[in-house]
Amino acid sequence: MEKMPKWADVVLIPLISLLLAAGLSALVILAIGESPTEALNLMIEGALGSTYGWGYTLYYATNFLFTGLAVAVAYHAGLFNIGGEGQAMLGGLGVAYACLFIPWPHWTVALLFASIAAGLFGATWAAIPAYLQAKRGSHVVITTIMFNFIAAALLNYMLVNILKPEGSFDPATARFPEAVHLPSLHEILLPFGINFSKNAPANVSLLVAIVACVLVWLLIWRTWLGYEIRSYGKSETGARYAGMSPVKITMIAMLISGALCGMMAINNVMGEAERLVLNATEGAGFIGIAVALMGRNHPFGVFLAAILFGFLYQGGAELALWTSIPRELIVVIQALVILFTGALDNMVRMPLEKIFVALRKEKA
Amino acid sequence: MTAAAIELKSISKSFGPVQANKDISIQVQPGTIHGIIGENGAGKSTLMSILYGFYKADKGEVWINGKLTEIPDSQAAIAAGIGMVFQHFKLVENFTVLENIILGAEDGGLLRPSLAKARKSLKTLAAEYDLNVDPDARIDKIGVGMQQRVEILKALYRQADILILDEPTGVLTPAEADQLFRILDRLRSEGKTIVLITHKLREIMEYTDTVSVMRRGEMTATVKTAETSPEHLAELMVGRKVLLQVDKIPAKPAAPVLEIENLRVSDETGVERVKGINLTVRAGEILGIAGVAGNGQSELLEVLGGMRTGQGSIKLHGAPLPLTGSGANGRARRAAHIGHVPEDRQREGLIMDFHAWENVAFGYHRALEFQKGVLMDNAALRADTEAKMEKFDVRPPDPWLAAKNFSGGNQQKIVVAREIERNPDLLLVGQPTRGVDIGAIEFIHQQIVALRDQGKAVLLVSVELEEILSLADRVAVMFDGHIMGERQAAETDEKELGLLMAGMTAETA
Repeated sequence: MEKMPKWADVVLIPLISLLLAAGLSALVILAIGESPTEALNLMIEGALGSTYGWGYTLYYATNFLFTGLAVAVAYHAGLFNIGGEGQAMLGGLGVAYACLFIPWPHWTVALLFASIAAGLFGATWAAIPAYLQAKRGSHVVITTIMFNFIAAALLNYMLVNILKPEGSFDPATARFPEAVHLPSLHEILLPFGINFSKNAPANVSLLVAIVACVLVWLLIWRTWLGYEIRSYGKSETGARYAGMSPVKITMIAMLISGALCGMMAINNVMGEAERLVLNATEGAGFIGIAVALMGRNHPFGVFLAAILFGFLYQGGAELALWTSIPRELIVVIQALVILFTGALDNMVRMPLEKIFVALRKEKA
Repeated sequence: MTAAAIELKSISKSFGPVQANKDISIQVQPGTIHGIIGENGAGKSTLMSILYGFYKADKGEVWINGKLTEIPDSQAAIAAGIGMVFQHFKLVENFTVLENIILGAEDGGLLRPSLAKARKSLKTLAAEYDLNVDPDARIDKIGVGMQQRVEILKALYRQADILILDEPTGVLTPAEADQLFRILDRLRSEGKTIVLITHKLREIMEYTDTVSVMRRGEMTATVKTAETSPEHLAELMVGRKVLLQVDKIPAKPAAPVLEIENLRVSDETGVERVKGINLTVRAGEILGIAGVAGNGQSELLEVLGGMRTGQGSIKLHGAPLPLTGSGANGRARRAAHIGHVPEDRQREGLIMDFHAWENVAFGYHRALEFQKGVLMDNAALRADTEAKMEKFDVRPPDPWLAAKNFSGGNQQKIVVAREIERNPDLLLVGQPTRGVDIGAIEFIHQQIVALRDQGKAVLLVSVELEEILSLADRVAVMFDGHIMGERQAAETDEKELGLLMAGMTAETA
């Protein structure tokens, strides 16, 4: 017998966790002498009150969608991919090469091949930890974390020594050519009579991310490969019994995960900055872990969680801009949300399970 | 009349919606061996856990030696004179016997005085009950039977008057089991009270004074052992008449299906588990592999099922099967029409969190009839599941229920249905009825025999000698990675097989 209904697991627990995090954040804001209601109003106004705010919220959400999906796919295979940050950095490198050195006729073609390049670079970066895990048993958590540092160093080297235009002091690539400019939501929605903010960075990558959500859902729950990935994640001996190769599944799941992380670069590098800069990922690889946790590793849950974290990012930025609430406190609020929805899951789950069991007993 | 050693009055306990114990009352007389028998999930273990302070009863009273006793934890149980020998021993493997015995019962902060004291009392205990164990031997260096003695000594050292043994013979050879019962007999004659939890009717009939039968959380009867029969007990356990012997016609062995030649298998740590064995399984026969758990049978089955690598040769219908590679040859095996009911259905045969309908494809999930383009045909899977559930009487017949929510017997029926319905030429079966209720055992045995009668080959691995003897046509005994001998099932008995299982060859036996 399940201890509680599915909807409680999927909806109620994240919601309660979120409320707890919000409550605690409110107390912290009170403690530094600001008004929590005002802060909340400001966040909502700043993130969701205008198409400009939405544009930023959705832009961040797009990043988190890619990295969240990536963590979810690996998780289904029982692998914890903490290397999203590094894989996304490498994805940026792939995009930069694709955009800078090939004269694309049209942005659609450019997007397709930039996506492939980003995915390939990200997957390659995930491939080494995956191989070490599959063949040597080196724990993927440790190796992917270490690969984040290597990726940062590699990117630094590439930007400073190789990709930086002659005479520039900025460790960044040259601007991408106009032909690879991705249409922003403003440009996409204008023909439909919607005047979306011109200055917001949300772009066509959002649609790619949503398509990725659907594809990941199909992969995990509707194909034999997803079936094998989930089986392996639940029971390695079971997978072995059923004739699945642990080595193959580990490799494939990590490659898909790395490719998804890498593809984030079409949003932040190609869509927004239109050049590759240092620290282009802004921690999105790590937020992806929280997004996947909160979204219960289901693409739809990841979608909702990505929007929530997009809201927190954008709302938090607004808060720092308009109040004396320091920038660091925004990080505290985001951390509280991660702590409650991710790490302290059982704190809410256990009492809730007891309540449901008691309720059922009463009915019986 | 003296007070009962244990008296339970109206004990009830539920876990969520499941009522594990319903209003159970029982009296255990001092100085007797009292058997408690019941199918898996009947509530035996829950009842004993309440007695040992692991669970708190929702309702009811526990009386020990005529006194109402509260047992909130195992410390209280020990203080009340209750000792427990678990099915899976609770010993520290790299400690000595002596160290294990004082573990949790040390006096003061220094070890030396406790050890000296234990050594002295161990000597007395050994003399008193004929329980000889080397106090300085390390646990991982002594046999399973010895380890069990240490568990018993642990309880006695803590001055237990009441000893509860949970399925004590599951890991023992018949000879070791006999020794155990001699010890229990001795303990009884010294006035100790023994509660024996088991699912083996034979042990109950041979060694107990009184027996209580549990079914679905209720105590259905308590009877004097001398006044009952195995058939009657089985009926009380299941609630209907049960066929204890497998009903089958003599085998008609035909051409060899599986030929194993000089097969060697090593485990993960490099220790050789199967040491060059030769076996042949013919069409239309069931070959049983007997042996005490851990003598290489599991590894043999895993290699045949494609889960492990090995050296030597195995042939199906004369064609060699792959033995090497990634150790993931299961798909090739299934393609060659080998079905495999694994030893551990919870860790291998099923994904416990998956729905029943997902599990019915497990291992065959790439089969074309389950695909629709690039996607899996879930509707076809569910229809297939419903059909199998009906044919194999899986209860409840709900394809959407997760595997973990079925009883052991019904889980096993799902696995057996999946493997048999593919109509394999060779069926590998490991521990087909471990943790399976009697009613389902009967059904599963019938299915295996039916497959044999269709002219298919069956290789059966079981640690239950009774099961081997009643189900197999031919028996091979494994000990320490070797085949000690082969016998026709009809021409051998438990005694002969028991000697082979203990590593004695026909000459020395």
